[in-house]
Amino acid sequence: MLVPVEWLNDYTKMDKSTQEFADRMTMSGSNLEVINFYNKTMEKVVVGKIVSIDKHPQADHLVVCKVDVGSGEPVTVITGAPNIVKGTSEGWAVPVVLAGGTVPGPMHGQPDTGEPVHVESHEMRGIMSNAVMLACTELGYDDKVAPYSSREGIWILPADVDLQAGDDLEEALGLKQDVVDFEITPIRPDCLCMVGMARESAATFGEELHYPDTKIEHEDSEKSSDYISIEIKDPDLCPRYCARIIKDVKIGESPWWIQKRLMLGGMRPINNIVDLTNFVMLEYGQPMHAFDLRTIEDNKIVVERAQNGEKFTTLDGQERTLDSTMLLIKDGRKGSAIAGVMGGLQSEIQNDTTTILVESATFNGENIRHTGKKLGLRTEAAIRFEKSLDPNQCRDAADRFCRLVELLGIGTVCEGAVDVYPNVKQPVKTDVRVSRVNKVLGTDIPRADMESYLRSLEIEVEGEGDIMVCTSPTIRNDLSIEEDYVEEVGRMYGFDRIPMTLPKNSTPAETPKDRQMRNLARDTLCSMGFNEIQTYSFVDPAGPDKIRIPEDSWERNFVEIKNPLGDETSVMRTLLTPNMMDVLGRNYARSVESVRCYEVGKTFIPKDTGEKDLPDEPYSICIGMYGEGADFFTLKGVVEALLEEFGIRDLNFEAETEYGVYHPGRCARIIAGKGTGNDPHSADKIREMSDKLQSKKAEDIDTEDIDMMSDMIRMMADSAMNQPCEIGIMGEVHPDVAANYGISGRVYVCEIMFNLVQMMADTEVSYHPLPIYPSTSRDIAVVLDDDIAVGTIEKAIRKAGGKLLESVKLFDIYRGEQVDKGKKSAAFTLTYRDLSKTLTDEETNAVHAKVLEELEKDFNAVLREE
Amino acid sequence: MDNDLSKIMEEAKARLAEARTQAETNEIRIKYLGKKGEITSVLKQMGKLSPEERKELGKAANIAKSKVENMINEKLEQVKQAEKAAQFKLEKIDVTEPGKDIRIGTKHPLAIVEEEIVRIFQSMGFSVYEGPEVETVFYNFDSLNTPDDHPSRDITDTFYVSDDILLRTQTSPCETRALLTKDIPFKIVVPGRCFRRDTPDATHSPMFHQVEGMVVDEGITLADLKGTLDEFAKQMFGSDTKTKFRPHYFPFTEPSAEVDVSCFKCGGKGCNVCKGSGWIEILGCGETHPNVLKVGNVDTEKYTAFAFGMGIERVAMLKYGIDDIRLLYENDMRFIDQFK
Repeated sequence: MLVPVEWLNDYTKMDKSTQEFADRMTMSGSNLEVINFYNKTMEKVVVGKIVSIDKHPQADHLVVCKVDVGSGEPVTVITGAPNIVKGTSEGWAVPVVLAGGTVPGPMHGQPDTGEPVHVESHEMRGIMSNAVMLACTELGYDDKVAPYSSREGIWILPADVDLQAGDDLEEALGLKQDVVDFEITPIRPDCLCMVGMARESAATFGEELHYPDTKIEHEDSEKSSDYISIEIKDPDLCPRYCARIIKDVKIGESPWWIQKRLMLGGMRPINNIVDLTNFVMLEYGQPMHAFDLRTIEDNKIVVERAQNGEKFTTLDGQERTLDSTMLLIKDGRKGSAIAGVMGGLQSEIQNDTTTILVESATFNGENIRHTGKKLGLRTEAAIRFEKSLDPNQCRDAADRFCRLVELLGIGTVCEGAVDVYPNVKQPVKTDVRVSRVNKVLGTDIPRADMESYLRSLEIEVEGEGDIMVCTSPTIRNDLSIEEDYVEEVGRMYGFDRIPMTLPKNSTPAETPKDRQMRNLARDTLCSMGFNEIQTYSFVDPAGPDKIRIPEDSWERNFVEIKNPLGDETSVMRTLLTPNMMDVLGRNYARSVESVRCYEVGKTFIPKDTGEKDLPDEPYSICIGMYGEGADFFTLKGVVEALLEEFGIRDLNFEAETEYGVYHPGRCARIIAGKGTGNDPHSADKIREMSDKLQSKKAEDIDTEDIDMMSDMIRMMADSAMNQPCEIGIMGEVHPDVAANYGISGRVYVCEIMFNLVQMMADTEVSYHPLPIYPSTSRDIAVVLDDDIAVGTIEKAIRKAGGKLLESVKLFDIYRGEQVDKGKKSAAFTLTYRDLSKTLTDEETNAVHAKVLEELEKDFNAVLREE
Repeated sequence: MDNDLSKIMEEAKARLAEARTQAETNEIRIKYLGKKGEITSVLKQMGKLSPEERKELGKAANIAKSKVENMINEKLEQVKQAEKAAQFKLEKIDVTEPGKDIRIGTKHPLAIVEEEIVRIFQSMGFSVYEGPEVETVFYNFDSLNTPDDHPSRDITDTFYVSDDILLRTQTSPCETRALLTKDIPFKIVVPGRCFRRDTPDATHSPMFHQVEGMVVDEGITLADLKGTLDEFAKQMFGSDTKTKFRPHYFPFTEPSAEVDVSCFKCGGKGCNVCKGSGWIEILGCGETHPNVLKVGNVDTEKYTAFAFGMGIERVAMLKYGIDDIRLLYENDMRFIDQFK
């Protein structure tokens, strides 16, 4: 909402600086968008009067003008503007920038650089032009406010202002004004007008508010109702329709004071009648529409929904197809305007229009919004109507229009209005407790002060003691409950005067366990040199194709967005790997040599029950790397270290050869959990308890049984928890997948289902006494078939070594000349220790021999000859 | 015999003076003091002497022995020091050579800012509360007093999964979730992802992050809201930071305000970050609307509440001077590396 500060003074005294005005209005609840201070760069821009016009001898499209610029001889100005015509334009006042002067620009046909334009004398086809006549836009005005009458080029200055050649242009026109732009929140349509802003200003500065003059001094004896009748067929969409008739209309240009205000208020001057509809709209916030009465058939206006598919040409010349949700203003036979959105081309005011119907109506806001949206038309009228305007102001606005017609002497106002308003909007009364206002604000404002704040906003206050019975003006849609008034008191008292305190009760600051664990994972990965990334939750459904996931996999069961911005963001991700590949690919394309990164993010898994339930949102961890030092075992080490932070030490990496994402020889499923750690008797015990319970009749079940049941459930849970479980997959990305992301080197990725990590996490730490007795280490190197995984050997060593074997560590793998083809040598350090005594050599030798024996027996792995 | 001893001592002294290494020095020790050493051999000749001579010679020999031993030890110490010094010289390194490449990763700038915001509110007793990103229309709009015809509900503004399910447009639905599940009083802070149907450009992203906050208790006032957010701003942007509460409108709070902080770049004098105004808008807040509390079955006469919400991207962009929001989702390592 553009508020020209000077105009505001028509309705309330505002003698503060523009900055102070804007600041204090902001603090009383008007949301400042920007202050447009008058600070144009203009030099040597003056009023010029065209003395003579001659054809340019060398160019048909140019004319050579002599222009009086107030001093000395008239200057020569050459222009190609089509609206400067010999025999017509002589005597006109036009804006002129003299040689050596500056205008804001941009100049006609030139790009807008945002910089002022300097003008010098210049030769045009052999003749020197010593100044430039200007269009409105060249003076820095938006094209949408440039007067319609000057649309063909040079701004023809108004004839009703006493302009002398050589006058400073904007000084003479009174355009050196600040304009404050406020953002009006959707619930305050009452502020979308000068009177509304004046009301806020008056309340803010403690001044009085003066309403515009609506008293028509002379009404004709002919009545509006002699000309027209009105029928509202769809009252749900049109609470009120008020019309007045004006005859003997003389269409022409508006006086400059009207034009100027429209321009500063952001609207284009068109002709006096249209300008007055817009002027009243800017004053009252009530959109008005003028119809040429000649086009209204059967002397009636009918307000009703359009037919599906009905065609209608709006005054911008566009043919539009309507539907039955849209409201139409019709005459006896056809449509004349799309209610509240735009008038029809056919009923538009013409230069020879003599009798007009001026409409001042209100329409259902939501309906107008939908219509405007469907038609792609968001006119100034629609912007206001869609916020639900107060029907009570229709008549005032209509009368104001007529008063201005009378004042400008451009028509004769017929008596009265035709006004259909079946259900008069009543003001709302609300009980407001003084104590409650202070309780919510944390203040101690006396009742008398509250009353004066409310009254300054035209809220009536009655009652006594703690209760203020408040009646809101009907222009306000936003005052219906006590809290609404708390805000009114608060903002008029001043939020800046409310003290600062802290809530009195203390509360513990908790962090959910799963967030703590996510943070631990992120800290751990950062400490290992990985950067965190964050990627979109919505992804391309083609992602699984790009990473070669089979057709019928669960990863393709997406939560789908009905109205995505594009296919590539149309489904919620089920895994993070495709996004990780995108990021790695992007970095690779940008020649980032080495990348190590991770994402901890949500995935979205639809419930079996389908669309009606919210999906599960389990977190996943994705780790990716390429470049220096990136290989399978580095990544594996990172995964092991990460999981160890969660107390998950029992890990198996099982070779996976089928999963399309990865290199078939360099991929592992990550299996966590002991699997062998269960109490061997627990399965038997569970079975026994279950049998016992099943043999009982329901009515015989006693508390002992219930205890047993809970024991059983706990044992089952423990047992389930100890089952080995796949928690993720890792490997070297398949070269075809890498190629899909533009990467030609080796890439390593891992994705871990973090919810499973959370479930299995055991971060309880307990102390084990340090060993008192010494350990003995034996290094062995065994030769075995290359196909046998060293993990299998290690497991076998542990099993054979039993309790005395404290640790096994693989320290070397050798393939080459020293061993047969198809064989490898694996070297381990075995450390033996008995926690209760010093091991003798005999004891150690016995268990070590057993280990070697088992290896030979099970794997044909023999000690390597030195 | 005495002469022999003093000769031996002279000789030993001279030899020691020439010794350069520990080994040479030790050779001298053996030559003079060893089992077959020269002083030892003098002592071995004592058998031929009278007891008195023997006593005297023994005494002299022992003195000589201990003198030589002292000389050797002294020399040994010297040689050791010299050898160490030589070794040090040999082992000298160029300390200006680069250190080994020990990398610590960097958190994403959005995460860094989110953690900082959460930390500050936790220092004031707020608990972290989290909720789903795919949310119901009820929690995201209806329960938050959003009018049925509010433009934010439009399919042009909000991503829908079905008529009743959407991608949450704000973290505010967690207010209702908390009201329905938590015991009062509570203070919560809700970090999380949100989605709005904005076409990406330098300042818009269809996905972004917010931190919501809510306090419900007896006697919670607008003054408490001001105090809490002022404290937050001082911790987040520096202790000189000032806050300005401007009345505003949100459906789920009444009264509502927007909060500006004094520009942390120029301190309020006006610069390009604050566009000359000296103030930067960072969050929206207000006293929770009674219609919202009623959805949570809260006795609105007994309890009052406040809530606030801020965009993490905005804070991060202002704090780090990032001029294009899209950089945050490109995950270029050269970008992320800068936030160490």
